[in-house]
Amino acid sequence: MITLSRISKRFLDHVVLDQVDFQVDDGQTVALLGPSGVGKSVLLKHIIGLIKPDSGTVTVDGQNVATLSRKELATLRTHIGYVFQNGALFDSMDVKENIRLGITDEKLYGDAEYCETRVRECLRLVNLQPDVALKYPSELSGGMRKRVGIARAIAGKPKYLLYDEPTSGLDPVNSDVIDGLVERLQDELGVTSVVVTHDVRGAFRVADRIALLWQAKIRAVGTPEEIVASKDPAVQQFLERDLEMALIQSESTDGPDV
Amino acid sequence: MAVMVGVRRMAGRWSLRTAGHAGRFAYFLVDLVRGLAEWRIWVPRTFEQAVLVGYGSVFIVLLIAGFAGAVTSLQTGYQFSNQFPKYIAGGVITESVILELGPVLTGLILAGRIGARYAAELGTMRVTEQIDALESLGRSPMSHLLLPRCIAGMLVIPALVMFANATGFGVGWLAAKSSLGITNADFIYGARFFFKSFDLWYSVIKSFFFAAAVTLIPCYVGYNTQQGAEGVGRATTDAVVSSSVAILLLDVVLTQALLTGTT
Repeated sequence: MITLSRISKRFLDHVVLDQVDFQVDDGQTVALLGPSGVGKSVLLKHIIGLIKPDSGTVTVDGQNVATLSRKELATLRTHIGYVFQNGALFDSMDVKENIRLGITDEKLYGDAEYCETRVRECLRLVNLQPDVALKYPSELSGGMRKRVGIARAIAGKPKYLLYDEPTSGLDPVNSDVIDGLVERLQDELGVTSVVVTHDVRGAFRVADRIALLWQAKIRAVGTPEEIVASKDPAVQQFLERDLEMALIQSESTDGPDV
Repeated sequence: MAVMVGVRRMAGRWSLRTAGHAGRFAYFLVDLVRGLAEWRIWVPRTFEQAVLVGYGSVFIVLLIAGFAGAVTSLQTGYQFSNQFPKYIAGGVITESVILELGPVLTGLILAGRIGARYAAELGTMRVTEQIDALESLGRSPMSHLLLPRCIAGMLVIPALVMFANATGFGVGWLAAKSSLGITNADFIYGARFFFKSFDLWYSVIKSFFFAAAVTLIPCYVGYNTQQGAEGVGRATTDAVVSSSVAILLLDVVLTQALLTGTT
């Protein structure tokens, strides 16, 4: 279980998170919605200890992330897969080596045969052909990079998967593919997931629960049905604006009638 | 009055920034030392880096050393002609190359070549979240990225300095023969007359310190890069300038510490 309790974080004078409480139960997929630049990725990075809170506690499996030693933090991270917004693939390595680095068990990492099989398996799980393994990140499309990022995150068989804007920068078709992938991985691997996104449609598709981060605070949390039924003006405003955007996007994809 | 306040404020900011860098650099060094325990990870990567930076730098280092040897030889001829016995030129050229030109010019060239490379590579990895990705996988950037680069530089740069010394000496000799008309016997006599074996050790010691400046500073600057492409550009420039200045400062300090009083 992941619990963030009264987390505050500021960068210089800018308050990014203000007394935020957030919880993810085991086996659940929680989508963290919010406008761009509101601090969703900052919150996600607190969970894996890449950013430390100014105050408050982050606990993962009962361990306070901020107080862990370097070694304990490294061990905890082996149980968490993190999908970065732009893939963050190592550009000097091919896809195979990128995914192999995700195998966090050192003994298995040294076993070439296991690594070969696991890389192929991870590529299959993210719907990529085995020959992609030999390509370099610069040779991949945006959607493929995201999928390789996911493959790297799942290579170590993590208990938790954290997705940072998995569909940002993708066209609607590719966004749907990635959303479907997140959904399928949840079913097949049974991992606990946190999906940070500003794409409302995607969030409603993949999440068991949705939280809305708004002006440095969690404004609403609930099931997708509860969020839709919310009378909170901020929630309504956010949902309506995104639906308008989705409508504009779908019209531009269909093209004008001739 | 307002000018004085402004100057004081600037000095205060500069002091705070410098103190901040000093603290972070100290932590960085401690982290590097801790990373040494993961030798299974950094040793193979060190050899890869050593080949990359060493092999790629040989040509430019030898070229610069050759020119330095030739120019030293020509200037010695210009300064000393008809005033001193010719064999002295052998000593002046050999000592100039070994004590100063070989290590310092190689250090400065490599600050541009290796330092810029390290800072740009690590800076790009930082701003594209590749370093965060490595950490998120429970892997240490120290053993995977920084130690291989630093140790490779420490191994390769002293070797390059020795090659530079040999080249500077050889080209200087040839230039002295052709321009000053000095005989081989005179040149070797002069070189031996002034040479002490400590001079070579001094050159090696200097090259180790310069290697530290050329690797540690750019790695630190690149590792702490912020703010996208502009940040990478700034980090690269800062790394080259800082490591070049560090080389010149170390040159003075080491000369004072190792040579003063040994004559």
